[in-house]
Amino acid sequence: MIKSELVQRIAENNPHLYLRDVENIVNAILDEVTNALARGDRVELRGFGAFAVKKRDARQGRNPRTGANVSVDEKAVPFFKTGKELRERLNEQQLG
Amino acid sequence: MTKSDPAARVARTVTRADLSEAVYQRVGLSRAESAHLVESFLHEVSDTIARGETVKLSSFGSFVVRSKGERIGRNPKTGVEVPITPRRVMVFKPSNLLKARINGLAPADD
Repeated sequence: MIKSELVQRIAENNPHLYLRDVENIVNAILDEVTNALARGDRVELRGFGAFAVKKRDARQGRNPRTGANVSVDEKAVPFFKTGKELRERLNEQQLG
Repeated sequence: MTKSDPAARVARTVTRADLSEAVYQRVGLSRAESAHLVESFLHEVSDTIARGETVKLSSFGSFVVRSKGERIGRNPKTGVEVPITPRRVMVFKPSNLLKARINGLAPADD
């Protein structure tokens, strides 16, 4: 499912809203999460999961193709931990 | 380019309440309805993932479901080997834009 399909789906369940509004709503949510992570904050959505930012120290890396040494700067990476409820739902059905 | 030092401020936790506030500010809906739509969003994403389907949100990232086979685990406390049953897990793959934003490399698109 891609974003436009998600927007469509939410709009179908909320027929009083314009598609454009739903699109704005979805973008507002995603932007809020992005901005929070950019500030270094954590985003915790019970039942769904939590987004956090982890710091990676600067390190000496290697170009795998040439073997040349390269220095990799310190960086932050986003990290998501699935919430309990969703984790359980993923395994509710019989596994094939 | 100014990069805010994460150590300079106390990180806080953003919750559903903050997301509905963001929706309330952006779209002309009541607070109650904004909260309802945040739930609606999480609910749709959760349902899709629970069905085993990937959710791709461009410029944000994708939620991908992975199936893991049975493997042998170990109770870290007792050292006893126990089988870990096959299961499905969800992983989040951040988009390049999200990674750039977190490192202060891309402008905010407000």
